[in-house]
Amino acid sequence: MALGLLNGLRYTASRLVKTYLSDLKHLGRRYDDALLKERQSVRGSGIFTVQYPEERLPAPENFRFIPFLVYEPALDENGQPKIDPTTGKPVIGKQRCTACGICAKVCPPQCIWIVRATTPEGKPKPQPAEFYIDIDVCMNCGLCAEFCPFDAIKMDHVYELAGYERQSHIFDIHTLSKPASYHAQIHPTDWAREEAERKAKAKK
Amino acid sequence: MSQEQKPIPMQGMLSEEEWLAEQARRSVWTGPLNKFIDLLDLIYNWGRRNSIWPMGFGLACCAIEMICTSATRFDIARFGMELFRATPRQADLMIVAGTLTKKMAPAVVRLYNQMAEPKYVVAMGACASGGGPFKEGYNVVSGVDKLIPVDVYVPGCPPTPQALLYGLMQLQKKIDRQSIREVPWYRKGISEGVPEPILGPDLIDARRLEEITAFTADPEKLAARALQLHKPTKGEKKE
Amino acid sequence: MVANTPAVPDTPIHLTDPHVVAEHIKTQYPDAVEAVSAQCIVLKKEHLLDVARYLHDNLAFDYLNNVTSVDWLDHFEVVYHLSSMERGGAPLTLKVNTPRDNPSVPSLVPVYRGADFQEREVYDMMGIRFEGHPYLRRILMWEGFEGYPLRKDYKEPYYEEEKKPFGSRWDQGYHILAEDRNPWHDNVQYPANFDALAYQPPRDTVPVVEATRAALTRLRTDKIVLNFGPQHPSTHGVLRLKVTLDGETVYAVEPVFGYLHRNHEKIGERNTYLGNMPFTDRLDYFNAMANNLAYAITVEKMLGIKPPERAEYIRVIMAELSRWQNHASALGFIYNELGAFYTPFMYAFEERELILDLFEAVAGSRMMCNYMRFGGVARDVTDDFIDKCKYLVNERLPRRTDELEAYMAKNELFLSRAKNIGILPRDLAINYSTAGPVLRASGVKYDIRRAEPYSIYDRFEFDIPTGTVGDLYDRFMVRFAEMRQSIKILKQALEQIPPGEIMTGKKNYQVRVPKGDAYGRAENPKGELGFYVVSDGSANPYRYHVRAPSFINLTALNQMCLGHKVADMIVILGSIDIVMGEVDR
Repeated sequence: MALGLLNGLRYTASRLVKTYLSDLKHLGRRYDDALLKERQSVRGSGIFTVQYPEERLPAPENFRFIPFLVYEPALDENGQPKIDPTTGKPVIGKQRCTACGICAKVCPPQCIWIVRATTPEGKPKPQPAEFYIDIDVCMNCGLCAEFCPFDAIKMDHVYELAGYERQSHIFDIHTLSKPASYHAQIHPTDWAREEAERKAKAKK
Repeated sequence: MSQEQKPIPMQGMLSEEEWLAEQARRSVWTGPLNKFIDLLDLIYNWGRRNSIWPMGFGLACCAIEMICTSATRFDIARFGMELFRATPRQADLMIVAGTLTKKMAPAVVRLYNQMAEPKYVVAMGACASGGGPFKEGYNVVSGVDKLIPVDVYVPGCPPTPQALLYGLMQLQKKIDRQSIREVPWYRKGISEGVPEPILGPDLIDARRLEEITAFTADPEKLAARALQLHKPTKGEKKE
Repeated sequence: MVANTPAVPDTPIHLTDPHVVAEHIKTQYPDAVEAVSAQCIVLKKEHLLDVARYLHDNLAFDYLNNVTSVDWLDHFEVVYHLSSMERGGAPLTLKVNTPRDNPSVPSLVPVYRGADFQEREVYDMMGIRFEGHPYLRRILMWEGFEGYPLRKDYKEPYYEEEKKPFGSRWDQGYHILAEDRNPWHDNVQYPANFDALAYQPPRDTVPVVEATRAALTRLRTDKIVLNFGPQHPSTHGVLRLKVTLDGETVYAVEPVFGYLHRNHEKIGERNTYLGNMPFTDRLDYFNAMANNLAYAITVEKMLGIKPPERAEYIRVIMAELSRWQNHASALGFIYNELGAFYTPFMYAFEERELILDLFEAVAGSRMMCNYMRFGGVARDVTDDFIDKCKYLVNERLPRRTDELEAYMAKNELFLSRAKNIGILPRDLAINYSTAGPVLRASGVKYDIRRAEPYSIYDRFEFDIPTGTVGDLYDRFMVRFAEMRQSIKILKQALEQIPPGEIMTGKKNYQVRVPKGDAYGRAENPKGELGFYVVSDGSANPYRYHVRAPSFINLTALNQMCLGHKVADMIVILGSIDIVMGEVDR
């Protein structure tokens, strides 16, 4: 008797029925973020599918994709960041990057190119004049963010970068720069720890 | 008909009205037939974009993310692409997932030639887009578009399944914009395939045989060509 | 913890000490030993085959771990690592020198069949000829390729500088595409006066097979060669098999690889030590955590540092989670090859996705984790992680393992297709240098976590499951048993994990390793992953070699497939559980 076979068929059939039943249970709550979190957690059950693009699995804080440079926005007289009317992004006040070159040195496939700025007399200035990352070479390892001593380069969470041509795959300093508020938004615990360290250092 | 045949400009270079007028001018179909062709386009593209059948062509680590995309969590069957055909003759889409090496290059080109039109290529991952972290290797082709034309590039190392699904959605949008008036597979004549590269002392591109023979015979010309292409010196900016 | 039964009567147990072994060799071949140190024995190359035979027959060194070579600019050095299945312990290192022009060394294939592919690789990469090798041809590159890539004087087409970090990236790092620096605008280089128009590539060949038929028929049939090409529906990646068939029966299988040869070792010599860590993720891309661990313990052996307790426990947890998901996927893929079109593998992938979620929350990426550092791990785990992991390990993973076993292991179709198919007898398994579940299914109770414990595996209680016959069914069931043992280890580790530091010393990206060499190995889910690293005191390795388990397990494929049908050959390939990133590096 093909008992093993029938047992297997029974298992598959029971899974099929269970998934339909759980789908019926959640019928009115399609595309619900809270339900998605519950279904995708370790204790979840039922349909395991993430219905992209209506539902998106949120990226955890440590998720690393392409790096980005952190800048402090320029503040107006009320202490609020000034917004550039053409792009909608905060105006760059000060880049945190000092062009020390550690990220370029530690990058395993060497995908970071940095040109250090010079003063009009020709002496080097701790600011990057140009900063390129070739994302066709970047392996998303995160070593640049791990070893930056100034918290100036961090790993981004944006992964929807697909395009029709390759020329846009060389990110220059304008594409890479994002405000510190964005960094605080996507890395909350890291931001809290860095702020605490900065305050402790400032007190000394 | 005008005396000189002007070359047909590509869609992206004209404004919407200019492009439509150009289409009307050179197209035999005018008036209400144009609207009928538009309706046909709608149905034709709707059918094609919702049932793209990929060819199972995973080379390296990105193949595992492609398999994860086709697994239960990021179900690719919701886009109609669950049927990974084993043979290129029945496939519409070649997702080049992983590093393309020189030893594999003739096989990739042969598979591309064996696909029937309409066919699309998605370069998944940093390695297929432009060489990836292994670009400096002696056995790596820096990007699959050195050999075959690519429609969508999906960067990442590896791109998460959601990133790949986003890339596939971009491909669907591209298919939506195509029209049967100018698609290449309804033109007269047989479309040429890409010539297969040859594995010699190094990978030989079959389209450059004369160039290779000429330049290797004259090492000074080769050295001059290398110099002319690169080397920004200190202080010189790249535009 | 080490299995310490002497294999041969009257053999001293501490035969891993090179001095002791050298004394034994000198009794038989007085002038074979050129030099001996605490790390290795240097032999004269004329006596290599005799000494190897003596070690194999008399001193029970029946397992060849690794064959590799180093280019020391004025001469070449071929390095062998031998060990014994019964004695365990660290492998014995043998070295042989050969001059730079016309380098040649006797082949060890008559004694150790597992040396076959590895010697071909040394020939391909360094140009050293092996006399007596049955089929010495290029293995990773194609016939007709010009140059021996791993020699120090070989410069690849996109060559920039000798070692990373490159000076062109910082301070005056104007971006330039690598294509723009090359006269062909591509990653190619040709010899001078190369006539591309007249070039004919060498013909593809198949080794001549002499085999007799068991029963003669009156019908005279011919053998055909079937090309099982680099692209095929089974999910193993780009492997090509040239199969010599008589009807449907397999006479010989020749695997051809190199289709994913990504120059990991050459790039590894240019990288810094830390920069190699993300590249090791991409070797066996299913188990990035386990690869990182093997590399980290090799370099820590050379640096002489040990990670703190909490980091050790975290490493073990990650490695065992990785093992569970690898075996679950492997079982799913075996069923794929049998024809169950994707359903069992979908069931296995559900738990795998949850484990990858955990990896993503800690390390940052689902697959390419880049998590271990020299002296610890990169980031700490939160209590939330421990809680989720405990729930997985106590509830979900055992339940899924039981369900998969009830569903897959008793199916009559599977049993009729798996029992007595692809048998690899015990002594052949050892001689072919197979490792991991393939070796244990053939009845050899050898696990590196017991034989040469690394990390803190000597604190955990776990068994080593073995098979009896060495057929497909045994390889399948051994993986189930190992999944259960992984869960056992995970439960213990999650109970015992202490609070504390996760890194010895400060964060440092310029690790300088003292001069010397080391062979470090770990029990990966697919076998023994070894790293042979030679350091010259600088921040970049002088030689970096990966002993890949899938590459060497494939040596036994021909033996396992003889006499079976073509359909069985595919399942046998699946049961070895190979991954091409590791085979080709």
